[in-house]
Amino acid sequence: MTEEIIIAGFGGQGVLSMGKILAYSGIMQNQEVSWMPAYGPEMRGGTANVTAIISDERISSPILQVFDTAIILNQQSMDKFESAVKPGGILLYDPNGISHHPSRKDINIYKVEGAKLAAEMGNTKIFNMVVLGAYLKIRPIVKLENVMKGLKKSLPERYHKLLPLNEDAINMGMKNVITVQEV
Amino acid sequence: MGELRLMKGNEALAEAAIRAGVDGYFGYPITPQSEVIEYLTAEKPYERTGMVVLQAESEVASINMLYGAGATGKKAMTSSSSPGISLMQEGISYIAGAEIPVVLVNVVRGGPGLGDIQPSQSDYFQTTKGGGHGDYRLIALAPSSVQEMSDFVPLAFELAFKYRNPAIIVSDGAIGQMMEKVELFEQMPRMTDEEIRAKYKWATNGKLEDGTRRIITSLDLDPYKLEEHNLKLQKKYKEIEENEVRYEKIMCDDAEYIIVAYGLSARISQKAIQLLREKGIKAGLLRPITLWPFPTKQIKELVDSGIKGFLSVEMSAGQMVEDVKLAVNGKVKVEHFGRLGGVVHSPEEVVEALEQKIIGG
Repeated sequence: MTEEIIIAGFGGQGVLSMGKILAYSGIMQNQEVSWMPAYGPEMRGGTANVTAIISDERISSPILQVFDTAIILNQQSMDKFESAVKPGGILLYDPNGISHHPSRKDINIYKVEGAKLAAEMGNTKIFNMVVLGAYLKIRPIVKLENVMKGLKKSLPERYHKLLPLNEDAINMGMKNVITVQEV
Repeated sequence: MGELRLMKGNEALAEAAIRAGVDGYFGYPITPQSEVIEYLTAEKPYERTGMVVLQAESEVASINMLYGAGATGKKAMTSSSSPGISLMQEGISYIAGAEIPVVLVNVVRGGPGLGDIQPSQSDYFQTTKGGGHGDYRLIALAPSSVQEMSDFVPLAFELAFKYRNPAIIVSDGAIGQMMEKVELFEQMPRMTDEEIRAKYKWATNGKLEDGTRRIITSLDLDPYKLEEHNLKLQKKYKEIEENEVRYEKIMCDDAEYIIVAYGLSARISQKAIQLLREKGIKAGLLRPITLWPFPTKQIKELVDSGIKGFLSVEMSAGQMVEDVKLAVNGKVKVEHFGRLGGVVHSPEEVVEALEQKIIGG
């Protein structure tokens, strides 16, 4: 199994940390992982994106042009990465702030109201965990228990009290993923 | 099994420096390698092992601090990125001339000039063909993963001290910035002053027991003596060329075409090879791990085994391709492919380049 994922949105949405948690979860279940952020001028104030790869085998290129899955969190990223999903692949997005919805007919499209659900839970910062939950419902590539272990590893100890909230957010995402189209 | 962590290449390199028993790090921040000094400063290795971490006032200062620290037989290290490494060239030449075993790290970014901060491989000439003045060589290791960013630190020191020669780890912005799983090696002890005195008779840390003074210099105004010194250096370089070539071959056994690539380009090319094989094209990858000494002999052997063509893939306008051409010696086709100025080529572009320049060309 090799899953090549692009996660893209605004800086500050937790795009990079979502990829990091996914990567750590992969390590917890003995998989190979890579996490390659777009760094540099792009990350200052504009869009942020990260390529995360989880595989049973040694990972070749950490930088890719096409992906099994795109997790898209703003319009600019939709414009840039909708076309980068492999035919038959997955596009998951949060419709909040999206004016041009995806139009491809050859990919599986799902959405989750991540921003809205996080706000309802009383903490907009857990938005990325809601989206991660939705993704793991569609593609259970890592077990929830390993996500929690990964989260524990990647969060400094002073934030460990927030682990239950993060778990709730993941579950919230899992329950609220909406299928737009499946091919 | 050692401790497993998810780390950036730069962080893994910094942690490896502490664990390798390095005595001193001297550096000046520059993107995309600033995490090295950031990590070292946060980690406080002076409390863990007694290792000194010093932010110098410039790259010129760093390299000269390295000269001084290395001359005493201590393990000294610096890191920088392309423009910073350019500033260090005078010092590097002096260090090579004086035969000081230090470790340098270049996390390469786009050039020339101040360039940009994106990953590049356009410092190959600077690394392997000089950079500074005079007939000298650097042992150059090119990691292509975060694991190798860690593993190559003790290896670079081992080689540097074995040959009394500066070694350089040549990485790039992507390998420095990306995170991967890394298995950390166990803490190695720092050498005591007594151990250094006993082991390295050349080190300038006091007179020898018989009263002989130890002198380290790169200056000799007598040309005949300097020629002798140069011949000694050349003999050493020959020995390194014979004994220290490192490389990795991937799917070369049945290959008809070979991609030669190091660092990030090797990773991208490995994916390209998978894509080519899915199309029925038998391609393999030769990854030089040491850029100098270069795996010339291994390329010659591949030519003799009937390879139809070589594509050298590097994020430059074509630098390593010259060494591939020298090895192939005109017997089969050799071409270069690479994006410039910090643009990273995709596996699909590498596939297309091999099809058009080597198979179709």
